[in-house]
Amino acid sequence: MKVEIAVNGEKTTDDVEPRLLLAHYLREVRGLKATNIGCDTSSCGACTVLVDGESVKSCTVLAVQADGRQVSTVEGLAGDDGLHPVQRAFQQEHALQCGFCTPGMVMASVGLLSENPHPTEQEIREGLEGNFCRCTGYHNIVRAVRRAAEGADA
Amino acid sequence: MSILGTRVVRTEDPLFLTRGATYTDDLVDERLRGAAYVTFVRSPIAHGRITSIDTSAAAGAPGVVAVFTAADTEGDGGLSPLPPPLPMFTKGMDRPPFAKDTVRFVGDIIAAIVTEDRYQGEDAAELVDVDIDPLPAVVDPRKALDDEVLLFPEAGTNTIFTIPGEFDDSVFDDCDVVVTREIVNQRLAAAPMEVRASAAVWGEDGRLTTWISNQAAQMAKAALVAALAVDADKVRVITPDTGGGFGAKIGADLEVCLVAWIAGKIGRPLRWVETRSENLVGMTHGRDQVQTIKIGGNRDGKVLAYRLDVIQDSGAYPLFGALLPALTFSMATGVYAIDRLQFRSRSVATNKTSVAAYRGAGRPEAAAAIERAMDLFAAEIGMDPVEVRHRNLLPPEVFPYKTKGGSLYDSGDYAAALKMVTDEVDYPKLRQEQAERRARGDVVQLGIGVSVYVEVTGGGDESGAPKENATVEVHPDGTVTVLTGTSPHGQGHQTAWSMLVSDQLGIPLDRITVKYGDTDLIPEGGGTMGSRSLQQGGVAVHEATTELVQIAKARAAELLEANVDDLVVDTDRAAITVAGVPTTAITFAQLAEKEKLSVRKVFTAPGATFPFGAHIAIVEVDTESGKAELRRIVTVDDAGTILNPLLFDGQRHGGIAQGVAQALYEEVLYDDDGNPLTSTFAAYPFLSATEVPSFDLLRMQTPTPYNPLGAKGIGEAGTIGATPAVQNAVVDAVSHLGVRHIEMPTTPERVWTAIQDATGGQA
Repeated sequence: MKVEIAVNGEKTTDDVEPRLLLAHYLREVRGLKATNIGCDTSSCGACTVLVDGESVKSCTVLAVQADGRQVSTVEGLAGDDGLHPVQRAFQQEHALQCGFCTPGMVMASVGLLSENPHPTEQEIREGLEGNFCRCTGYHNIVRAVRRAAEGADA
Repeated sequence: MSILGTRVVRTEDPLFLTRGATYTDDLVDERLRGAAYVTFVRSPIAHGRITSIDTSAAAGAPGVVAVFTAADTEGDGGLSPLPPPLPMFTKGMDRPPFAKDTVRFVGDIIAAIVTEDRYQGEDAAELVDVDIDPLPAVVDPRKALDDEVLLFPEAGTNTIFTIPGEFDDSVFDDCDVVVTREIVNQRLAAAPMEVRASAAVWGEDGRLTTWISNQAAQMAKAALVAALAVDADKVRVITPDTGGGFGAKIGADLEVCLVAWIAGKIGRPLRWVETRSENLVGMTHGRDQVQTIKIGGNRDGKVLAYRLDVIQDSGAYPLFGALLPALTFSMATGVYAIDRLQFRSRSVATNKTSVAAYRGAGRPEAAAAIERAMDLFAAEIGMDPVEVRHRNLLPPEVFPYKTKGGSLYDSGDYAAALKMVTDEVDYPKLRQEQAERRARGDVVQLGIGVSVYVEVTGGGDESGAPKENATVEVHPDGTVTVLTGTSPHGQGHQTAWSMLVSDQLGIPLDRITVKYGDTDLIPEGGGTMGSRSLQQGGVAVHEATTELVQIAKARAAELLEANVDDLVVDTDRAAITVAGVPTTAITFAQLAEKEKLSVRKVFTAPGATFPFGAHIAIVEVDTESGKAELRRIVTVDDAGTILNPLLFDGQRHGGIAQGVAQALYEEVLYDDDGNPLTSTFAAYPFLSATEVPSFDLLRMQTPTPYNPLGAKGIGEAGTIGATPAVQNAVVDAVSHLGVRHIEMPTTPERVWTAIQDATGGQA
């Protein structure tokens, strides 16, 4: 099936199998390998991307369902002026170790802050409940999201 | 000012955050052009006889290139069964490359399918028709000891390995109080976020190149060389970015060996990445000990004797898990001066996934046992658990100290660590609040749990003292390459090793590249496990850099016509200068331009080091629902000198969370027939962000005398200290109701049941 998906602002047209997952479309068809796949039950959130600005687990969506939509991955997040505030906060707060959950965690955080620019610690934790991390104990991820939120005020 | 000891953010992060790391499944490499995909067909039955395997339908399915089963591994160019990794294990328990006559756990490999694309592999795998006559399964390791159901009839026993112990009850004769209890240290999934993956290709020169998500390329290579029965120079292992390991990515698993072997058979590059559901049955699990403890002492709080009897569930095929009790033995008495230790262990095979290392590997099990035992003893004599610990801690003046478990503790100050955490939380005030809640009969009760631990890191090399190598080379353009035998999977080696080099040379971090995990480039090395990296691999980098400075000075002395003793490093300029004459200088880059400037160093440690610490966990338990929630955890984790507090605390955070997860949530479960009940992330209670609070970390640094950095290992501290602290806190919250013990994970059902049992349903 033919799909037209704007990936990181760039319009693309591809012919895909109807059963192709958006996650596999991004990785295999578009070659955007930052979006990782960590499970097969839509539990871990490693594959989180933004679809029309909302965070979505890209393993729960078929590529054909994204037809005509805007899809944003971590590769498209940094602007010409350097890292996005969430990316910068993740580095400053050491919110990543092995890095596997990171692209999904960053996109989930971007989605969270767009819905709630001033979350409490509890709101951050609840907002990221669907994104698993095995390395950080979530401690520094929560700090990074707070830092990014505070930075947005400045 | 030295960069060492300062908070330096990671130099690897910008790439990880913008383009993502390059994990094995992300590889784009010319050598893998046209790669086919491998899908494994696994047993759905825990124990049974294979009566037939029909692969004809699968072989004819769209995109199928080839199908392999046990029959294909026999004869010339075949693949031999994999023997257990340690020679002292019971013979006759080899793992065939594909299950041939018998399947021994759900997940045992029956066939491999090679397809043009990945989706086709999943489709074709469903078409493999396997008939299995079920046999009785042995799931409980206590029952495995009876040998009524044998996994390997030819071995004649399920017992793989024992540490024999004489249990002489007279050591408890002079004790006022003796407490005995069985404790289960449950089975856990390592569950790194990146599952296992590999890619393999054989070159025209007859050499295998294989990319493996792993913690130790050199060990993986050794395993492959043995499995494939080829010369060592025929195998090259490359480690891409690795998305976590936690002990379960040491060596080369059978799947990785099969992918390499099949790539050779069909003469085509191959890729394999497992699914999470496959990972949760195929990747080795951790822990899984049944422990019987017996602790005796006097009413004044002095412990006189301790016995630990371990049954280690090792799963279907003996791996490192069968040896975990040896580590448990070495750390059995923990931080306490206990002269009378009795220990016995029996490692047994069961119809479950094999057990191997998981963050802490044998030491969390030791700490959980002794820390639970101390609380049981304290409860029995009616003394505060902190006070009981203070009366038994090894004092700081005893080091080096040889334990009855055979460990030689290098340094420590356990009482100082315990005092630091109890002061931080205002322990007496917490006890007062607890007393008030109890007096009021509150539904939500407060629990305070303590653990004091010591662990062993950077453990021994089988052939002698632990060692690790590093090469540091300065290039004429002023950049540096570091080759290290250790291997990151989240620890931040790029940053840490660059700091060690930059500290002495003054070359900035962004001009230093750390290379690892390529066995052609770095033939020797022990990888990253057992919290060994900094204290061995990092020290090798440090010493190589020190020697490089000496060589640079000697060369500079000639070029500058100066006395070598007058030369100093000007780190601001990355140059050697004459002291007091800054205009007379030559940079490291200039020296490298004239002659190759490279040093390889092997660091040999005198022995393992013994980090220690104290954790206090504060929980609230709803006595009506049984739900326990962690409110606060305060830890001091002393691993000697800290290189980078950012990385140091990051290791603590992750370990604490995994320790909390064991105490409260996580457990790999099987039914009585050996069917896994937790083989997806929907079923395995993986810790999420809502289930832990932020952590309060205190700092203490007692340098080890064993290396010039004074560093011990920090990678596993959290899983060793936090688990017993949290478990003790949950029990403590309801101890006034008569509860003495609750097994991990302390689920609402278990807590509620414990309360009902203790109160006869009156609570």
